[in-house]
This record gives sequence, C-alpha cells and structure tokens, in this order.
Amino acid sequence: MHTVTRPIIIFLCICLVMLLLFPAVGSPFYTELVTRIMILSIFTISLDLLIGFTGLVSFGHAAFFGIGAYLLAILFNDVEHINYWWSLTLTLSMTGMAALVIGWLSIRTSGIYFIMLTLAFAQMCFYFFFESPHFGGDDGIFLMNKPEIMLGSRQLVDLENEHHYYYFVLAWLVGVYLFLSMILRAPFGHVLIAIKANEQRVRALGYSTPHYKLVSFVIAGTIAGLAGFLEAAHTSFVTPAYLGWHESGMAIMMVILGGMGTLFGPVIGTFIVVLLQDFLPGFTEHWKLIMGGIIIGVVLFLPNGVAGLIYSLTNRLSSKSKEAGREHV
Amino acid sequence: MSEIILKTEKLCKNFGGLKATDNISLDFERGKVHAILGPNGAGKTTLINLLSGELLPSSGRILFKGYDITDARPEKISRIGIGRSFQKTNILPGFSCLQNCWIGAQSCLMTSMRFFRPAKHLREVHRRADHALQLCGLSSKRNQIAATMSYGEQRQLEIAMMLATEPELLLLDEPLAGMGSEESQQVTELLKELAKEQTLILIEHDMDAVFSLADTITVMVDGAELETGNVDQIRNSKAVQDAYLGHDEEDAA
Ligand SMILES: Nc1ncnc2c1ncn2[C@@H]1O[C@H](COP(=O)(O)OP(=O)(O)OP(=O)(O)O)[C@@H](O)[C@H]1O
Ligand SMILES: [Mg+2]
Repeated sequence: MHTVTRPIIIFLCICLVMLLLFPAVGSPFYTELVTRIMILSIFTISLDLLIGFTGLVSFGHAAFFGIGAYLLAILFNDVEHINYWWSLTLTLSMTGMAALVIGWLSIRTSGIYFIMLTLAFAQMCFYFFFESPHFGGDDGIFLMNKPEIMLGSRQLVDLENEHHYYYFVLAWLVGVYLFLSMILRAPFGHVLIAIKANEQRVRALGYSTPHYKLVSFVIAGTIAGLAGFLEAAHTSFVTPAYLGWHESGMAIMMVILGGMGTLFGPVIGTFIVVLLQDFLPGFTEHWKLIMGGIIIGVVLFLPNGVAGLIYSLTNRLSSKSKEAGREHV
Repeated sequence: MSEIILKTEKLCKNFGGLKATDNISLDFERGKVHAILGPNGAGKTTLINLLSGELLPSSGRILFKGYDITDARPEKISRIGIGRSFQKTNILPGFSCLQNCWIGAQSCLMTSMRFFRPAKHLREVHRRADHALQLCGLSSKRNQIAATMSYGEQRQLEIAMMLATEPELLLLDEPLAGMGSEESQQVTELLKELAKEQTLILIEHDMDAVFSLADTITVMVDGAELETGNVDQIRNSKAVQDAYLGHDEEDAA
C-alpha cells in the first residue's frame, strides 16, 4: 500500500501551484484543454478508487460519466435559469442511484465476470441514449443555458469565463482528491484496501465485504457523475460517445499509466495521455503508433506507473533523512 | 459438566458423491481444548469450514451458545466471537504485520463504514492489534511486510490476525504446520496461555502438542467420528491405533 510521504506531499503542492499559475501564462486554448484534463482527472481518480483500492476492475465506468452529463442536459434542457447547486444535487443523487443498481447487480461477480457485466451495463446505457430520438440519439443533445453558480444573490463563478471555470474545476479536483484521501485513511478505507489484497480473509475477520465493495462502487460512480456534470456544463453538449467502452478503456489506461492505487497517479496519467493526443499529431500522422509504443513502454518498464517512478525517486532522495520506525497504518 | 459452547447435530457435507463430513454430532465445552485428529483427507478442515461459515452444510445443525448458526456467513460467525486460523497461510502479504492485525482489530467497531476520522486515532483498535502481536511474539516485526517474513513467522501472524478479533472460541487449523521446532514450542506455549481463558478447537498433526494441550480428543476417519475421549482413552484405543496412529508411523517411516 502506498502511503503519502512528505516528499510526495511537496511534489503535489508544487503541481498544485503550477496549476494555479497556469492560466496566467497559458493561452486560452491550453487553459481550456487543461480544464478538460482536470475534469477527466476527476473521472479517472474515481476509477482508481475501484481498480486501485477496491480491486474492482470496472470496464463500464464511463456509463456514470455519461449519465451525469446526460442528466444535466436532459433535466435542465430548456430551463432558463439553471440553479447550479440544485442541478448538481439532483444529477449526483440520480447517478448515485444508477451506480447503486448497477453495482448491486455486478459486485456479486468477480474477476473477468465483473469486467464483462460492467461493460454490458455501460453498453446498455450507451445504446439507450444512442437510439432514443427523444434525447438526441446519436447526434447528442445540447444544453441551452449554462448553470448559474450563485452564492446568495451574487454570482460566484461565471461559466462563460474560461478562467473562472478553470479555477472552479481545479477546486473540485482538489476537493475530490482530499475527500478520497480522507475516506481511505478512515476505517472504511482500511477495509477496502484489505479487500483488494485478500477478500476471503477480510470476510473471515468479520466484514461483510460485498457491502463495502458496493459503497465504494457508488462513491466512485457518483464522482464520475460529477465529472460528467462538469463536462456537460463546460461544453453544453453531450453525445452518447461519453458512455462508450472506448471512454471506459481510455480511463483504465490512464489509471494504469499514471499508477493505480495512488490517487494522484491517475491525474498524471490523464495529463500525459491527453497532452500526447494533443502534441503527437503535430509531428507525424502515425502518432497512434507512437502513443501505443509509449504505453507499452510504461507498462513494461514502470510496473507501478509514473507514480511508482515518482515514489522510487523521492525515496532515493529522502533515504538519508528517513524517519526510522515510522508506522504505516 | 460445564457449559456447552458449541454443538453440532448430525452435520453432513457432501462434495458430489464424497461424504467429507459424515453425520458429526459433537459437543464442545467452554474453556476446554478440544483437539480433532485424523489422517490426511479425513475431513478436519471441512469441519472447520462448516463451523466458520466458509461452507454451508448439506444437512444438520450448528448451535453456538444455543443459537442456531447453521446458515451464518463467515463475517457473522466472526462477529459473534468465533475466530479461525487457516491451514494454508491466508494473510495480506503486501501489508505490514501491524496492518494485518489492524484489520482484525478494527472489527471491534460496530461498523467500519466510517468515512471521516482517520483510523489511526482509534485507541481501542491500536490496543487490540498490539496485544495480538505481542501474544504471538511479533511485536518487534510490527512494521515488517508480511511477505518478507519467514514461513514460521507468517504462520504466527495468521494466528495473530485471528486473535486481534478477540474471539472467545478459537478454531485453529494446524497452527503448527511447517514450523521449526523452536517456533512450534513458542506457539504451543501461546496456545496453552490462550487455553486458560478461551475455548479452543484444535486440529493438529503434532502428537506431542495435542497430547500436552488437549482436554478432549476426537478422532475422525473418512468424514466420520471414530472416537471421542480424553487423552488416555484415545492413546489406548485399539480402533484409533489401527486407523490413525498406525498410519502416522507408516507415513513417517
Ligand atoms: N471444496 C472441495 N470440493 C471437493 N472436495 C473437497 C473440497 N474440500 C475438500 N474436499 C475433499 O474432502 C475431503 C476432506 O478434505 P479436508 O481438507 O477436510 O481434509 P483434512 O482432514 O483437513 O486433511 P489434511 O490433513 O490434509 O488437511 C478430501 O478428500 C478432499 O479432497
Ligand atoms: Mg486440513
């Protein structure tokens, strides 16, 4: 199990400062791109809770991203003044319900069967939206007005303003990270991590493991819904592709590339993949080949992803000043 | 005669055509050490798996303090105070000793569905985990990763995890298996210590340990109970010598 050591905290703080300063130096195009990456990072972090901490490899996690996005677009399609907090609460609670139903049916299985079931549920959701003319079918659906983020009668964040939205999403990303770190340090998290290591033994020690897995699934699904909501509010446009297996697969790849079971790893993975997708096509038209090569390289040579590399680097740096007898509970 | 803490009534478990547990009716007395002997494949582990909820019986009943726990799942069995250790080491290999015991110790909470305060502030959990490590002589290894310890130490950890749940009835499936003689001595001492307070159901091939620990011994063969009695009765039983003790010497030879 990875513990967040002091050098890692320093590293994360540096990253945070860089993200805080970025809009001051970055072009509007890149500010928008990084906003999108941060939204996707919220999505991949939530997947890491399942894959990296609970041992549930979900191949249908994009379903909740898509459901969150669609719910905002459908429920508030022609509402003139969308109250942000109200629409968020409604969207997240409904996404959470969807995760509860799908999770309840899926967590009875494990291994490859769990992967297949989650994939099948996600594809069902995909085809539901794909084939329903009411919700835009394969063309997708537009959101007429953006939600208004009010605090009392004052506007807190202007969603039309790219800088505002950037910081707003960054705040959500930090919030989600801190929230997940909190539950992972709490008794609940200890049980989850142990379930991933040896579920049968955890059961024999007195824990109803299916309940813990289900709660984890619902938390992850709800956070994925949050990411979908943020994306829909950002682009005002939702297509069925949001729910496709391609999205789920990309998310798994980002988690593994970045380093699962670390929370910050998936964020790094998301940045790397999306930025490569942005840069590589400029160099060569065979960029997908190069991309594949990079991914194979990382998986082969960095078994714990980029986060694993960062861990071993910081360990080497701090090995001299290592606090002896530190307890990792 | 003292109180019966656990009772099985005509317990049967079939695997296909194989009767792994065949009509077992046993009474386990509170505060005693009840050993179960039998040759390989006699169905000892299967019996423990039935008692701990890992397997559901094909027929028959299990009563714990008079309550029917026949259909209870492993988590329930653990929560009502029955702990078990596994014959095949079953630990969390990537975790430190303390973390392994922590999970057991944390089951003292009503529920671990607690999301806010860090677990490390839970004093009672710390106490239990430390106590279990200390009993098993692993205090000095508390921060060592389980997978990097010797086989004997992993077997001790296996017991420590169970003790961290502070059970009143202990189901021990060959706790000494594969241990060196010194470790085996230590664990026998530990079991003696535990026997003062708790009830033990002990499966063990090490005859010296069994004869020195047990109050009652049941010998099983082919899933069925052959004979139950105290140490002297079993030692002198003709049937047992034929069925088991004889076997054992052949195996050893
Ligand atoms: N899950 C299972 N499915 C089918 N057969 C099983 C299963 N578990 C055990 N058996 C069979 O039941 C019989 C009893 O096995 P068990 O493991 O209970 O024996 P044991 O007395 O613990 O032996 P050992 O001393 O080798 O540990 C064996 O013949 C075994 O092959
Ligand atoms: Mg056995």
